[in-house]
Amino acid sequence: MGINGKSYIVGIYEHPCRAALDKTLPQLHAEIAKGALADAGLSKDDVDAYFCAGDAPGLGPINMIEYMGLNNVRHMDSTETGGSSYIVHVNHAAQAIAAGHCNVALITLAGRPVADAKEGKPVRYYNQQAPDFPFEMPYGPNVTNMYAMCAMRHMYEYGTTSEQLAWIKVAASHHAQHNEQARLHDVVTVEDVVNSPMIADPLHRLDCCVITDGGGGIVMVSPEVAKSLKRTRVKVLGAGEAPKHLAAGQVDLTYSGACWSGPKAFAEAGVTPTDIKYASIYDSFTITVLETLEDLGFCKKGEGGKFVSDGNLISGVGKLPFNTDGGGLCNNHPGNRGGMTKVLEAVRQVRGEAHPKVQVRNCDIALAHGTGGLLGSRMGSATVVLGSEDA
Amino acid sequence: MSTDQKSKINLVVNSESKPYWEGAAKGQLLIRTCNACGKAHHYPRTICPHCFSDDTAFVEASGNGVIYSYSVTRQAKPPYVIAYVTLDEGVTMLTNIVDCEIDRIRIGQKVRVKFSEAGDGYALPVFTSA
Repeated sequence: MGINGKSYIVGIYEHPCRAALDKTLPQLHAEIAKGALADAGLSKDDVDAYFCAGDAPGLGPINMIEYMGLNNVRHMDSTETGGSSYIVHVNHAAQAIAAGHCNVALITLAGRPVADAKEGKPVRYYNQQAPDFPFEMPYGPNVTNMYAMCAMRHMYEYGTTSEQLAWIKVAASHHAQHNEQARLHDVVTVEDVVNSPMIADPLHRLDCCVITDGGGGIVMVSPEVAKSLKRTRVKVLGAGEAPKHLAAGQVDLTYSGACWSGPKAFAEAGVTPTDIKYASIYDSFTITVLETLEDLGFCKKGEGGKFVSDGNLISGVGKLPFNTDGGGLCNNHPGNRGGMTKVLEAVRQVRGEAHPKVQVRNCDIALAHGTGGLLGSRMGSATVVLGSEDA
Repeated sequence: MSTDQKSKINLVVNSESKPYWEGAAKGQLLIRTCNACGKAHHYPRTICPHCFSDDTAFVEASGNGVIYSYSVTRQAKPPYVIAYVTLDEGVTMLTNIVDCEIDRIRIGQKVRVKFSEAGDGYALPVFTSA
């Protein structure tokens, strides 16, 4: 049983804060739930399914359902694939609605890494019982150097350059200048990116995403409920999810799990990459975007550098407008998990509610893609294709 | 803790990994190989991730390999080099490149294992120019 056309996104909310010093983690989840349900025109008592990931404290859904007083939940899912979790949740919520398990699904993400650091709270340590831990952690892997090795190898195999990667940040910054809530507003140039401090060769500071607090939420409903609401509805057309890892030592850092999640999502939606008017692409780093665009089939493998150059990702300028909210590179990467905000901007685009300066004309089909974990080792990839009522 | 800093080496030695670390302490790089399908894998597991056989054993690797990819963590003091090295036996492992001029490190460069002290009598396999 497929999910095409069997559920709708009717409510979204992006928390406006970027530093949450005066808010607790559960409080952020609740404020987000309230915002998303208000956007949908629904109440908390309408919610019969709840989805959250590893960012939720305690036992995840159990603690959050109690805290928020969601008294009618009969379907729960706490799938954890890092930053892509919320795109997986959209897929799972669509499946649950299509199967008749629920009618109103609420998904929330929240995080406060900025506040936690200021309060001196320890960062969350990777579980020492993870089987890879003993053989990797002694070597000092961190988020940036693990993504950097992907960029280094991609450059080696395909001749990709730092200037080409920089164009991805440049495009995001062009969009972020119109987003009042964006963490970074200033338009940057290719020179600004390649002259910013080297963090882990070949990635510069401006190749990296922002670190922010806040989060976001999504409300998904059955077609029957959607028809009863006033809000512009966004149809879920197809989705895919896939793990990718080090394959027992047969390491290839030049591609992501998008090469499996993408084709499944496109097939289910009955579309091809050329049908996509707008794409939200997970942008923890510039290299994440470049490899993902290739893997999703927007260009051939190895030609991502050429594809992203000269403003091809800038709305109104290039062929594939991406991350028109400014993305994780400039706007928001709440809780170090960017999958949620990818869905939110894709929904705004299909609704026609993106900022007028970046709104894509006749945006009837949009895509959102997430990469959770590390591109340089193991990841959960997830893709969703969304459309207007007529799509 | 800043994620830019290389944290203190803190080996996790458990029943599955202990022979690997004991080998390293004696100056041996061990890789796990499957007697059923004949393939090597890394990191080492009891049950073969290729064919699911439980007939696996550690064998000593030659210690030779080439750099598949690397990165210099510039903000760390001192900067350090993380790398994936493909061993002659065909598996690729995460490691550090040490005792090299870091700006001359290249993908495809031949490297050879060496062992750095990891405390409690253990040692960590790292690589340097061959």
